[in-house]
Amino acid sequence: MSPARALPEASLGTAIDTAAAVRSGDRSAIDVIEERLARIAADEEQVHAFNLLSADAARDRARAIDEAVAAGDDPGPLAGVPVAIKDNLCTRGVATTCSSRILAGWEPPYDATVVTRLRQAGAVMIGKTNLDEFAMGSSTEHSATGPTRNPHDLARVPGGSSGGSAAAVAAGFAPIALGSDTGGSIRQPAALCGVVGVKPTYGLVSRLGLVAFGSSLDQVGPFATTVADAAVVCEVIGGHDPGDSTSLPQPFPSVVEHLDDGVDGLRVGLVTEMLGEGIADDVGARVRAAAEALAAAGATVEEVSVPAVTYGLSAYYLVAPAEASSNLARYDGVRYGVRVDAPTAGEMMEATRTAGFGDEVKRRIMLGTYALSAGYYDAFYGQALKVRTLIRADFDAAYERFDVLLSPTSPTTAFAFGDKTADPLQMYLNDVCTIPTNLAGHPAASVPFGIGEDGLPIGVQVMAPALGEIVMFRVAAVLEGAA
Amino acid sequence: MSSIDLDRWEVVIGLEVHAELATRTKLFSAATAEFGGEPNTHIDPLTLGLPGSLPVLNSHAVELAIRVGLALNCTVQRSVFARKNYFYPDQPKNYQISQYDLPINADGFLELPSGKIVGVERAHLEEDTGKSTHIGGGGRIHDAQYSLVDLNRAGVPLLEIVGRPDLRNAEDARAYVSELRAVLVAVGASDGKMEEGSLRVDCNVSVRERGAAEFGTRCEIKNINSLRSLGRAIDYEAARQVDLIDSGERVVQQTRHWNEDDGRTHTLRSKEGADDYRYFPDPDLIELDPDPEWVERIRAELPLLPAERRHRLAERVGGSTEAVALIVDRGLDVLCLAAIDAGADAGRVVTHAEHNLSDERARDLDPAAFASLVRMETDGALTATQAKTVLAELVERGGDPASIAAAKGFEAMDTSELEGIVDGLISAHPDEWQRFCDGDVKVTGFFVGQVMKATGGKADGKAVTALLNSRTA
Repeated sequence: MSPARALPEASLGTAIDTAAAVRSGDRSAIDVIEERLARIAADEEQVHAFNLLSADAARDRARAIDEAVAAGDDPGPLAGVPVAIKDNLCTRGVATTCSSRILAGWEPPYDATVVTRLRQAGAVMIGKTNLDEFAMGSSTEHSATGPTRNPHDLARVPGGSSGGSAAAVAAGFAPIALGSDTGGSIRQPAALCGVVGVKPTYGLVSRLGLVAFGSSLDQVGPFATTVADAAVVCEVIGGHDPGDSTSLPQPFPSVVEHLDDGVDGLRVGLVTEMLGEGIADDVGARVRAAAEALAAAGATVEEVSVPAVTYGLSAYYLVAPAEASSNLARYDGVRYGVRVDAPTAGEMMEATRTAGFGDEVKRRIMLGTYALSAGYYDAFYGQALKVRTLIRADFDAAYERFDVLLSPTSPTTAFAFGDKTADPLQMYLNDVCTIPTNLAGHPAASVPFGIGEDGLPIGVQVMAPALGEIVMFRVAAVLEGAA
Repeated sequence: MSSIDLDRWEVVIGLEVHAELATRTKLFSAATAEFGGEPNTHIDPLTLGLPGSLPVLNSHAVELAIRVGLALNCTVQRSVFARKNYFYPDQPKNYQISQYDLPINADGFLELPSGKIVGVERAHLEEDTGKSTHIGGGGRIHDAQYSLVDLNRAGVPLLEIVGRPDLRNAEDARAYVSELRAVLVAVGASDGKMEEGSLRVDCNVSVRERGAAEFGTRCEIKNINSLRSLGRAIDYEAARQVDLIDSGERVVQQTRHWNEDDGRTHTLRSKEGADDYRYFPDPDLIELDPDPEWVERIRAELPLLPAERRHRLAERVGGSTEAVALIVDRGLDVLCLAAIDAGADAGRVVTHAEHNLSDERARDLDPAAFASLVRMETDGALTATQAKTVLAELVERGGDPASIAAAKGFEAMDTSELEGIVDGLISAHPDEWQRFCDGDVKVTGFFVGQVMKATGGKADGKAVTALLNSRTA
């Protein structure tokens, strides 16, 4: 199958330009929405980025924004900007399913904090995007609503788990989208779909209203067509939320203000362990080209070894499933969601969970339950926590010598449907470069940097120490200009 | 079941007390923590365990937990919330947020009125579950037709106070719970109402032969709803275990259910295959490390605790341990001390507080009026019986003891008048008098009663007894 089309985002404009036009009255918000809805109408059937479209609510909201502008009010920095929301973020009165049968039809009575903040900034939600069930996967193939297709090649996956959000932005359905990243679920699909994806420092963006997968790893972040759009969204959604106990008591760093600061004098480390075995040659070549581009812009570039990252995958597949096994225990058919009746309460719970969860979710619940069990805790979960500490220490050591670290986002370009579903371990290996930063709680961004031998997008990952968002965005902006 | 031979057997008891903390809202959310209410009205997204909801720790619950910890002489320490994972319909998240290896309060003790010291292993914070009502079958989940779940109570803060196995009989166990309740109420941490479930007692009982080094296998008894049940359940369970051992069987570690109606404990579930709760630190919460200055401020603001109040009163009055404990329990120690300060006789004050002031309103008695009443009595202006009547009136309506006594026509009897009456009675009842002279103390009451009848209650009972004794010589 041939690619759906060339990247369309340029023709429909960035979030920043759209908001500027709407705020100044040059363009109506309803016109912006209709334009995007038209593109969705044309292509969504092929892409399947959305679990739900909220076209009418978006139109109502756009008209209200236009009225506000007409009345002389400022609807905010994202005035009239359409946004797609990953379907594991709670939206008041709008079904939130996590692409799981078990939550089919469930409508939250509240908005996630990030959704509230986007609305307060004038953004207009146009729909809820597809994902691997409960964000567990790297291809969006594990979805109860069927897979999302990569807009660059409909025979290939968009990556995952936030594949719907990445595809929506790549297909021009919305200039920006929100995703969640537990082990790479924003960055990897961003790389595979040729868009910008950012996972902020753990605690900088509220998790309140994000349906939990691995609570100590989960972080909400943006997809965008430009680094600047992603920066604006970060500042809007980030900052302290008293409703999330793990939220840091500070605002999101002022990344927008420093976007044009350049990289002159910055020290960039190329992570040795993420450039060798398992990384496709064309991907590795693009990462080295990115390093050269940064050097040309005034940065110093060196290779650096961060040995503990090689244990990241093993530690992650204990920590994340362990937390998930507990987080997903609440889906039992008692209070909400799907219920499969059975003679006793225990049997009802079992029948509900058996019918409601897909295979990958069940696999991880079993993994996690095992890892936390008496007699195994120390060997598995306890050991994984030690590795986590080790990874953080190795990163800290690297960040004494470097301002940012560079690596591929994903080992390969987008792969074909069914390529990795038969072998879960092959699927898990997709996240080998992204997982370590989740375990460390650090920020990282994926920036499109050219294409591979198959003509598909390649992403470069920029990693930074905790709260190092400003320098991370500076590097991302330079890479964007050099791509 | 026979009572056990205590020369041979020793009963070992350890109590786990769950106290609902008296906060306005739940442990991790803003839903009201008030008792009762229409089912499923004291709820919010977190109480329902809705996807995306997150816990935020209630700092008032932490303060109350620290107050109790300090009152129980515990170390207040850095603590971590952990998830205890198990599936149950009234457990909305199918895990309970509790504290596991690092509780907020560790290693304290409680002093009972008898002076006995009982160790407290820990007192940790956790959230309560909802309530299930099983319809049909025997009211148990296993054979119910259906179950109703009320989540009003889910998430209400609990302090689980784990006592060490230092108790050796039912009486001490009751005294422990009673004292613990008094401490909880004194520091304002809980209303201590067992009947509303704000104080729940689980009781671990084992028996061993005296002198044995190891504890016997224990059973945990649940569903104990009063101090009386606690005593009965322990006695029953200890006897059951001794009977088992005596008949060559062994005690199986299990959880047993106390049935108030038949006065027995029944198997609830076997604990031999220990439950695996898969505890791990709750990643939604950060570690709780109270500022030492805050803890010291809380310590400084603690009220006097029952044990301290007993010591303070005992130092002044020297009364019996039981009387002092009762007076403190009734909250009358401050009144008594004030009355004594105002010049009242300590012995009479204690006697009145112990025997004549069970009315709750006695706490509001004016110490000066109480003192002047006692002075009238010790000065001989009122008999003990008259003083009791006046005191009851004081509690009922307040006022001035002298005016009340005058209004009732109370005046001390003339000694010669009393002598005449007593002598007359001795002549009229020679048989009773002979028994009195032979040392039958019970007859004293007969004579005193007769004198009271003849004087319309004006006579002083003690004076009558003294007179009778003087006549035997």
